[in-house]
Amino acid sequence: MSAAIHLSYKVDGSDFTGAGTASAAIKRILREIGVDMDTIRRCAICMYEGEINMVIHANGGTADVYIDTEGVKMVLKDNGPGIADVEQAMQEGFSTAKEGVRDLGFGAGMGLPNMKKYSDEMLIDTEVGKGTKVTLIVRFPKGGGDGA
Amino acid sequence: MKHSVTLDKERCRGCTTCVKHCPTEAIRVRRGRAHIIEERCIDCGECIRVCPNKMKKAVCDPFDIINNYKYKVALPDQSLYGQFRNTGDLNLILAGLLEMGFDMVAEVAEAAEYISMAVRELLEKNDDLPRPLISSACPAVVRLICMRFPKLMPHLVPLIAPFEAAAIKSRKLASEASGLPPEEIGIFLISPCAAKATATRYPMSLENKVVDGVLSMTDVYKELLSAMKNVKDPPPKLARSGPIGVGWARAGGEMYALPDKKCIAVDGIENIIRILEDLEDGMLPPVDFLELDACNQGCVGGVLTAENPYVARAKIAMLTKQIPESENKAMSPEKFAMQMELVHAPAWKLDDDFLEALKKAARIEELRKQLPGLNCGSCGAPSCRALAEDIVLGIGNENDCIFRLREKMQNIAGSEKADDYLPPPFRRGKKREVHDDESQ
Ligand SMILES: Nc1ncnc2c1ncn2[C@@H]1O[C@H](COP(=O)(O)OP(=O)(O)O)[C@@H](O)[C@H]1O
Ligand code: SF4
Ligand SMILES: [Mg+2]
Repeated sequence: MSAAIHLSYKVDGSDFTGAGTASAAIKRILREIGVDMDTIRRCAICMYEGEINMVIHANGGTADVYIDTEGVKMVLKDNGPGIADVEQAMQEGFSTAKEGVRDLGFGAGMGLPNMKKYSDEMLIDTEVGKGTKVTLIVRFPKGGGDGA
Repeated sequence: MKHSVTLDKERCRGCTTCVKHCPTEAIRVRRGRAHIIEERCIDCGECIRVCPNKMKKAVCDPFDIINNYKYKVALPDQSLYGQFRNTGDLNLILAGLLEMGFDMVAEVAEAAEYISMAVRELLEKNDDLPRPLISSACPAVVRLICMRFPKLMPHLVPLIAPFEAAAIKSRKLASEASGLPPEEIGIFLISPCAAKATATRYPMSLENKVVDGVLSMTDVYKELLSAMKNVKDPPPKLARSGPIGVGWARAGGEMYALPDKKCIAVDGIENIIRILEDLEDGMLPPVDFLELDACNQGCVGGVLTAENPYVARAKIAMLTKQIPESENKAMSPEKFAMQMELVHAPAWKLDDDFLEALKKAARIEELRKQLPGLNCGSCGAPSCRALAEDIVLGIGNENDCIFRLREKMQNIAGSEKADDYLPPPFRRGKKREVHDDESQ
């Protein structure tokens, strides 16, 4: 962890269009470091879905990002309602999003499944009434960036 | 990399307008002058557009250059047709060019029709190509993608640009018509922009140059106005393009040529960057074709055009309704295939060595947190984050930041008074916490 980067972002719960800020910033940094495009894309998707979830389900939260030679760790933390049944929440298509949110094109129930799919490790730590902490790890392919 | 945007060093006053507007953060002000970081420039012309002192120019050739050739061919970009308020007669405009001293005219709009038909065929037949296909007609967009969105490079339509197709075809025709060898034919693009000017000089997808000189559309326009008065009525029938080719002059034109396909047309370089990021992240709905024009309103909005882009756009729209369909027949896309593969030209990489790059990125973040996050531009960089990057890359200094300087002054003067010497927006008691979501 000699050369580690730590970034933190506040995700505003009142603003759909604001979600994506952290995801865009991560993309930029990973591109500058020379991480391969596929890994960048996986990180961006995980982060974006995490940001959106905090906005639509938890009234905002914080996103912390750690980058080192091994990969990227993203920690998304909120003080929202928590998830009662994580196994159910992880199912493709399951969503508690309200109609208004769905009309905006969110709430397809693919966020958590996609985060699972695109990360190498995913950990959900949640308590009803207290909040949710999602930790995601995306590892760089062997040999670090490939220059693409 | 070579460019066509230059700057009058004598007259640049060192304001930071262009620095702030450059979509690729390619400009810095140093010692009272703007400098372009070549590897990051895509020739989009934004800096030329916004310069309040009109100090930035697109480099074109002087009109005399045509006299270096025995037989002269004009390639009028389709946007030329939108420049005239008093006529919509393409034959008159083209005859005016002959009056000016050209021996032949070859419409870029005609070639655009062939390219449109070839793109349609690619969309219908070629399943190897990813969707959406992205138009490769605007060289600024192609450069942007090669530089910043390498993953999207395979989406670019693998065909040469209409002006290149027009140049190749007309050289043959002119050689036959004149009996001269091809190299004695001079072919001149009447260009609406710096991007096309650069693309003629340093082709991205052709083995050799196919255009011999670039003339600024505004310059030609002025001469053409009077030359058109000398054209005998009625002008000869010279136009071979129809509504489709002419329509390419404005944003959406390529899309209108593919009525049964799902298309999105985006104009304006900032909008394009956003849509490409969405595409890269898989956030776009499925579409067949993306038309991207770096200039607002499309090529009629090019920096070298004379007419107001909105007026020109309306004119083009009207023309597409008035002029007859062309007789141009579809040709196989292979005829227009790119001869060279596009190359990825990364301009946003901190170091070739991954560990070094990571260290640099960490240092940039560290520095950025120490900068005030005001993005004031006083340091000559577009944002605090960009200055942090410059410092790490060795092209900037911490003391370039007026806040950093203040701290230094305070240390030397040993007093809070230093604050009074700062411009009002920067006078502050204490430093504020900066969040990572600021000063991006
Ligand atoms: N941060 C969170 N706080 C509370 N509930 C959440 C959070 N993230 C996800 N959920 C719950 O998990 C469900 C599934 O999430 P997801 O797969 O992202 O689908 P969607 O967001 O489209 O509903 C959500 O509908 C919601 O009930
Ligand atoms: S949109 Fe047209 S005029 Fe503008 S830069 Fe691209 S090719 Fe040139
Ligand atoms: Mg979701």
